[in-house]
Amino acid sequence: MSDAAPALRHPVTTERPLTRWLLIGLVITVLSILLFAPLIAVFVEALRDGLGAAVASLGAPEARSAIRLTLTVAAISVPLNAAFGIAAAWLVAKYDFRGKTLLLTLIDIPFSVSPVVAGLCLVLTFGAHSALGGWLVAQGHPIVFAFPGIVLASMFVTFPFVARELIPVMVEQGRAEEEAALTLGASGWRVFRSVTLPNIRWALLYGVLLSNARAMGEFGAVAVVSGKIRGVTATMPITIEMLYNEYLSTAAFALAAVLTLLALVTLGLKTLLEIRHADALAAARRH
Amino acid sequence: MHIDIDEISKEFGATAALHPVSLSVPSGALVALLGPSGSGKTTLLRILGGLEFPNAGRVLFDGQDATNLTVQQRRAGFVFQSYALFRHMSVFDNIAYGLNARPRASRPPKAEIARRVANLLALIQLPDIGARYPSQLSGGQRQRVALARALAIEPRMLLLDEPFGALDAKVRKELRQGLRDIHDTTGLTTLFVTHDQDEAMELADLVVVMSMGRIEQIGKPADIRARPATPFVREFIAA
Repeated sequence: MSDAAPALRHPVTTERPLTRWLLIGLVITVLSILLFAPLIAVFVEALRDGLGAAVASLGAPEARSAIRLTLTVAAISVPLNAAFGIAAAWLVAKYDFRGKTLLLTLIDIPFSVSPVVAGLCLVLTFGAHSALGGWLVAQGHPIVFAFPGIVLASMFVTFPFVARELIPVMVEQGRAEEEAALTLGASGWRVFRSVTLPNIRWALLYGVLLSNARAMGEFGAVAVVSGKIRGVTATMPITIEMLYNEYLSTAAFALAAVLTLLALVTLGLKTLLEIRHADALAAARRH
Repeated sequence: MHIDIDEISKEFGATAALHPVSLSVPSGALVALLGPSGSGKTTLLRILGGLEFPNAGRVLFDGQDATNLTVQQRRAGFVFQSYALFRHMSVFDNIAYGLNARPRASRPPKAEIARRVANLLALIQLPDIGARYPSQLSGGQRQRVALARALAIEPRMLLLDEPFGALDAKVRKELRQGLRDIHDTTGLTTLFVTHDQDEAMELADLVVVMSMGRIEQIGKPADIRARPATPFVREFIAA
């Protein structure tokens, strides 16, 4: 009994100070090695020859085209995936039907298939050597090694993010609020706009942010379908790799820094929204 | 409004939730659908509200066939088991929802909506809670707000699914009287679902005892107590 006595002096759910500091130290060390050091290294490398050189390298036509392409691809694929994700989550959460488990598995395929394999699948389906691809090229609308292929590849890899965020939230909320709105005379569209959407807005936002980050950063699938044509189909991650392989460190790291900043802005935005709407978030969870 | 249920049946997949049941509810009555869980009472209520559709049979409102009316066309004030208040809206916006959802031509002006919400808040004896959110209310307050929200659409009938189910015993007793008063004030034909025979007997003009998707007995509380029609009814009301 005397051995157990000191342990009872502090609340049962907290550890001794030594254990606590060890755990915190471990987390900080791992985070520093895995996250902070590489992040800082990117910016240090980018600024090695001074801010002027870094900015100048971003002005090159190749870099500007890559930035424009990546932002356009994200601007197209993210909203489409958000719409798809809402529809899929609605279907899974609010209805019972045969093949629901199969649908859930299908939604998860992009998580389990390597992006490179996904890219190859797109090349095989839409490439010039396939029947469909050959016809599309003949019509003057090539998919592979062109802009549409990059959008398709980005959509494929970001497919599950929104749906996966929404499904648990919508399942937990059930159908009652929507049914109540219907009995009060609201049309289906009004119910969606005034009840469903506000209830899932946070999960939707997280899904969209994750999806956006992944769409901008995707390398594997895009590398296969894009053909890496400089200034035409080379997205930011692909241009970074090409510049790096050509020992153009400053240019490579300057572009990498921009890509990192885009991701950090996304994260910052999310945090800002969380702080500003902390009350609403808490209220939604408490109910 | 006078409600007739004519040989309604409902199946969910292979299981029959309602064997053909028939029931006539006189205008202005306060009716309890009483039975254990799985007796089909909630299914019957949802069919009346237009949230489920029967496999066979008809529903008549004031003698008019209402079987194929959509949930919006029914104009039934529905109070859900866990109240289903819109969690992201204030109490005011919850109660005003049905009026704001009306097409522009029949939507009352803003000031009129505010006046009606204030009247309803007074009716449920919670005049000062318009600005609060559902998460800031007690269970009993939520139930009353749900009732006010249902009444706001000027419903043709009031349907309540286990309206006292989520409340503790003391609040339950108080709100029973509250429902009785609101029924008497509005004169609306009211059906509520319950598994509590005390509640049904004390509150309702007419009690419909259900079991396994069938109606066992329909009658005034005193008649059911004095002359239970089947062994099930005798056992259930003795419990």
